[in-house]
Amino acid sequence: MAFAAIGSNSTQTEQVPRRRSKVAIILLLPGLAYLALFFLTPLVSLVMTSLQTPVEFGDVGQYQAAFQIENYAIVVGAYWPHFLRAFGYALAATFFALVISYPLAYFIGVKARRWPLLQALMLTLVIAPFFISFLLRTLAWKQLMSDDSGLVSALKTLTILPADGHLTGTAFSVIFGLTYNFLPFMTLPIYTTLERLDTRYLEAGADLYASPFTTFWRVTVPLSMPGVVSGTLLTFIPASGDYINASASFLGSAQTQMVGNVIESQFISLLNYPQASALSVLLMGLILLIVALYVKRSGTEDLL
Amino acid sequence: MKLSLGKWLLPLYSALALIFIMIPIAYTFVFSFNASVKSNIVWVGFTLDNWINVCQAQGVCAAFGTSLLVGAVATVIATVLGTAMAIALVRFKFRGRSTVSLLLFLPMATPEVVLGAGLAAQFLSAGVPKGLGTIIIAHALFCLSFVVVTVKARVASLDPALEEAGRDLYGSSAQVFMKITLPLLMPGIIAAALLSFALSFDDFIITRFNNGSVETFPVFVYTAAAKGMPPEANVIASAVFLFALILVVVSQLTSAARRKRLAQVS
Repeated sequence: MAFAAIGSNSTQTEQVPRRRSKVAIILLLPGLAYLALFFLTPLVSLVMTSLQTPVEFGDVGQYQAAFQIENYAIVVGAYWPHFLRAFGYALAATFFALVISYPLAYFIGVKARRWPLLQALMLTLVIAPFFISFLLRTLAWKQLMSDDSGLVSALKTLTILPADGHLTGTAFSVIFGLTYNFLPFMTLPIYTTLERLDTRYLEAGADLYASPFTTFWRVTVPLSMPGVVSGTLLTFIPASGDYINASASFLGSAQTQMVGNVIESQFISLLNYPQASALSVLLMGLILLIVALYVKRSGTEDLL
Repeated sequence: MKLSLGKWLLPLYSALALIFIMIPIAYTFVFSFNASVKSNIVWVGFTLDNWINVCQAQGVCAAFGTSLLVGAVATVIATVLGTAMAIALVRFKFRGRSTVSLLLFLPMATPEVVLGAGLAAQFLSAGVPKGLGTIIIAHALFCLSFVVVTVKARVASLDPALEEAGRDLYGSSAQVFMKITLPLLMPGIIAAALLSFALSFDDFIITRFNNGSVETFPVFVYTAAAKGMPPEANVIASAVFLFALILVVVSQLTSAARRKRLAQVS
């Protein structure tokens, strides 16, 4: 999807001669101004706010410009477990989303080619969660996993879950929710690359006496890598910054809070803007670092 | 090759995955018919009343209306700005092209919570009161990159020869753009607009930081989650779902019909 599309068009531009760059500037300027004003400037504001100190004898939520680098040390000291949890949960959710999505995307993109109607129907079902409220579908899972639900009593009868055990409010339910909510972001990019997969390559593999597994591992998987890379990024990034699934009113509890939850409560409830901003800057920096390393390692730098 | 296993395992796995995807949607739909009054958790009984008198729950319809308004305005802003940028990026070579691409990629690589907190910090330091305007600004921002990506794909697949033909026939630049480029780009622009409306309509994470006291539909749901969800919220979500589903099915059927017609012509 998004990331894959960015990379795929770059070759098309060569045919167009260099011309009328004034027109290009006029076309770009409004959008660039918008991004400068409402994306870049807010990032600068965030950095500035993260260095502020409270106004002496001021009200709650009153801060003044300063260069309080200690804010960063304070938030790292207090909230490093929330960072670990955010990246750990996001990583687990990305893994499970990949495990669920790859076979599904393979079936829709390769096996279901002969039946275009089935393909269209299945794709519609994959994107169906987009059409229903994110919060309501998460609440639906909360009800389905609540202590008096059939699922929990069945698990207790089977002694998979101890008699005093819960499903909601645990790391399990948070990872479960993250996996479910970002699943389409994983399935769609993988589907997009597999749908274009030339099945003659697979026949060639079979002709050369490769087992179906070897063909899959040596041909299909490498060819679908751009989709897998896009999908993992599109799942991991929003999952690591999410604060809905881990919130206590949804699938989480006080023990499952991620960085996003801390940023939300510090900013909105406690009006501690410097700490919320410092956490945001750190979160963004860490994610960009992880993305850069991952993109470099997976060898798909043309993604940008 | 273990045919029997390979033949059945994959379709079965796919079917189970799709059922898994549909479970909470079905749940939301079923509970829109629940005869509960305040908190929609336990099944009380079947009723059509929630669907007939959707607006009887305090604030649901107002929040829904706000979401439609925000989605429409943010979509117009993002689509106009994004389409212009997409055309410039594909059709023109200029210095700093990769910088512009990076600038468009960054908002998509930024977690929403950071986008939300950043805008909120900026509005705070600039003394801008939060409300409808700040929600729209925030929504148009995160929709913009997705519009550019979607429209870019369409511009790239456009044959420049068609526009050259227009110019050869003495069409002015404006005429060529209005009569040839824009109509050919329309499917991409419409897809981008629908995507950005859907993103805006369902956004909560960024809205939470910039809404002030204005209630969009997701804000309503979030507040209600703590104090008891009225079944009318499920009605609105289910109705939106059905509407979007019909839209997708109709567009797929018409494009399938068009492909068939084209195949017969050629």
